[in-house]
Amino acid sequence: MAAETDGTTTHSRSVMGEPTTDGRFGEFGGRFVPETLVAACEELEAAFREAWADPAFVDEFETTLRDYGGRPSPLTECHNLSRQLGVRLLVKREDLNHTGSHKINNVIGQALLAQRMGKTRLVAETGAGQHGVATATAAALLGMQCKVYMGAVDVDRQSLNVFRMRLLGSEVESVQSGSRTLKDAVNEALRDWVATVENTHYCLGSVMGPHPYPWMVRTFHHILGDEAAAQCKDLTGGDPDVVVACVGGGSNAAGIFSGFADGDARLVGVEPAGGAAVGRGVPGVVHGMTSYLMQDEVGQVMEAESISAGLDYPGVGPEHAYLAAIGRAEYPSVTDDEVVEAFTLMSRAEGIIPALECAHALAWIVRAAPEIQGQTVLMNLSGRGDKDVDQMMDVLGMGGLVS
Amino acid sequence: MNGAEASTQRDSFGALETHLRARRESGAKLLVPYVTGGYQGWQRAVEAAAAAGADAIEIGVPFSDPVMDGPVIQQASTAALAEGATPASVLEEARELDTGVPHAVMTYYNLCHHQGHERFASALLEAGVCAAILPDLPYVEAGPWLEAAAEAGLEAILLAAPTTPEHRLADLCGASRGFVYAVGLLGVTGERTALARTATEIAARCLAVTDRPVLTGVGIGSPSQAIEACEVSDGVIIGSAVVRTLMSDGPEAVGELVASYRTALDHG
Repeated sequence: MAAETDGTTTHSRSVMGEPTTDGRFGEFGGRFVPETLVAACEELEAAFREAWADPAFVDEFETTLRDYGGRPSPLTECHNLSRQLGVRLLVKREDLNHTGSHKINNVIGQALLAQRMGKTRLVAETGAGQHGVATATAAALLGMQCKVYMGAVDVDRQSLNVFRMRLLGSEVESVQSGSRTLKDAVNEALRDWVATVENTHYCLGSVMGPHPYPWMVRTFHHILGDEAAAQCKDLTGGDPDVVVACVGGGSNAAGIFSGFADGDARLVGVEPAGGAAVGRGVPGVVHGMTSYLMQDEVGQVMEAESISAGLDYPGVGPEHAYLAAIGRAEYPSVTDDEVVEAFTLMSRAEGIIPALECAHALAWIVRAAPEIQGQTVLMNLSGRGDKDVDQMMDVLGMGGLVS
Repeated sequence: MNGAEASTQRDSFGALETHLRARRESGAKLLVPYVTGGYQGWQRAVEAAAAAGADAIEIGVPFSDPVMDGPVIQQASTAALAEGATPASVLEEARELDTGVPHAVMTYYNLCHHQGHERFASALLEAGVCAAILPDLPYVEAGPWLEAAAEAGLEAILLAAPTTPEHRLADLCGASRGFVYAVGLLGVTGERTALARTATEIAARCLAVTDRPVLTGVGIGSPSQAIEACEVSDGVIIGSAVVRTLMSDGPEAVGELVASYRTALDHG
């Protein structure tokens, strides 16, 4: 495997190591962007390598995540759910971070890097709005301009986050093209970047896109996997048996997997049934990368459909495609109905309202429970559910909750 | 290059490049309109454009995620897809065209990747198309495609951008076939009110490292801008202006529009 033989850094022998010099994880990845952006990707890669090798940068990153972002996030043992499900359920509480999800790790990293590169403006895509809010937050903190592209469909179902971004001083553009969801927001952000590359950094929100993004974004999220590994060890004396996370583009899953990929834990990335890129996709090229992609019989990209705006993405990060291809991780999918059930289950059993995205991870655990009885299961609770309450009120109805 | 090298290379030029070189040698500035394939009336628009003096035609094969295109071409692509256009249907219709000038396809790489390089190239050739432009497949990733296209006898056109570094530009221009597509500005396709300063700069940079025809595209919005671009460049590609006219005024109006560019370039 190329990732194991390439490079000389400490992570180079890791299953989740550095990609090859042409940005590949196995056969996946690459840099499939318009010529206009190739130089920007090269410049970004060089800047990231240089910054990440500079202890002062790493220190500023870690200090900001601690003093501003609230890291480390706790590990919570869910006793009630553990009893109900017959497993030992531990959850990594990324929902408790500033801005309510793991997304803050990546945006602090990228915003600090952009500032170091002399960029004055950030653009970002967002699905559920979590990455958009996090980017708007980092822009406010560092005094940068910010514009967030969000599919019109998502603007409608996540109006609270739209207001949040505007409150933080960012411009939010409702994207009307294509399926008007996350994939189209990515297209629009790329189009903006093509035109503004001189002063603008594209703060991409997941482990996807052209090299170096998949690797860089995972590296900024590595901190949550490292923390979780240490916390599990303190609590249980070792690694969990199973590590579970939801997967849209796959950034929270990449973060938590990176803490365990070289051990023996089973890695499970849970996709929505309507956006199962790994499960139903075939290799394709869009948004700068080769990866698994949901597409029709001639290669037009299909629209993902999920109850969760954050997972409404027809592709998946190339490193996940690689982990699936080599059999190191598995990517089952769950239905919207299972997700709604898990959403209410966690709220009632643990007093934690999970983001609909993470409810996918729990939904798989509920389904798989009979086969994993007695095992220790670590779930990444990558975001809090406040943003979804409005939508769930429509789905469940006030009456649906009376018991 | 010396004369002997030039004549050896000439033998290997494809149909598009041979045609464009001949036109350039005759003193003409080159004019290549773009039409979105599958859009209502597109075939008549292509024929009208050719009759009005186009030197070659660029046929867009609509893709779901056209990341290099601005609002006008996006709108036409979406409409064509909604009417059921597929790569096969557009190529089938392209095969019926008899314009007397070379045809190139512009589309996005996934449609090529999905079908496989060899099959994609031969499907184009069977439809009478002699060249392809894939704007999201940059030179650094294009190696396998360039090889397959060359093998099949299809001219693979590469794009050079204002941000392309000097160390890559000569290789890129050398590897391109048909012509070099000089992207006139930082941005996606669409008309602009003035010609960007970058348009003439990138054309000049390309012409300094290649004798291949260099055509400027993206952001040419009027015949006077085309004249300005051609003070340096060998010619222009006009896309959004053509497609906007097709959508608002129909295929015959495309002929009039192309004629106005032809007249401007011929008589300045």
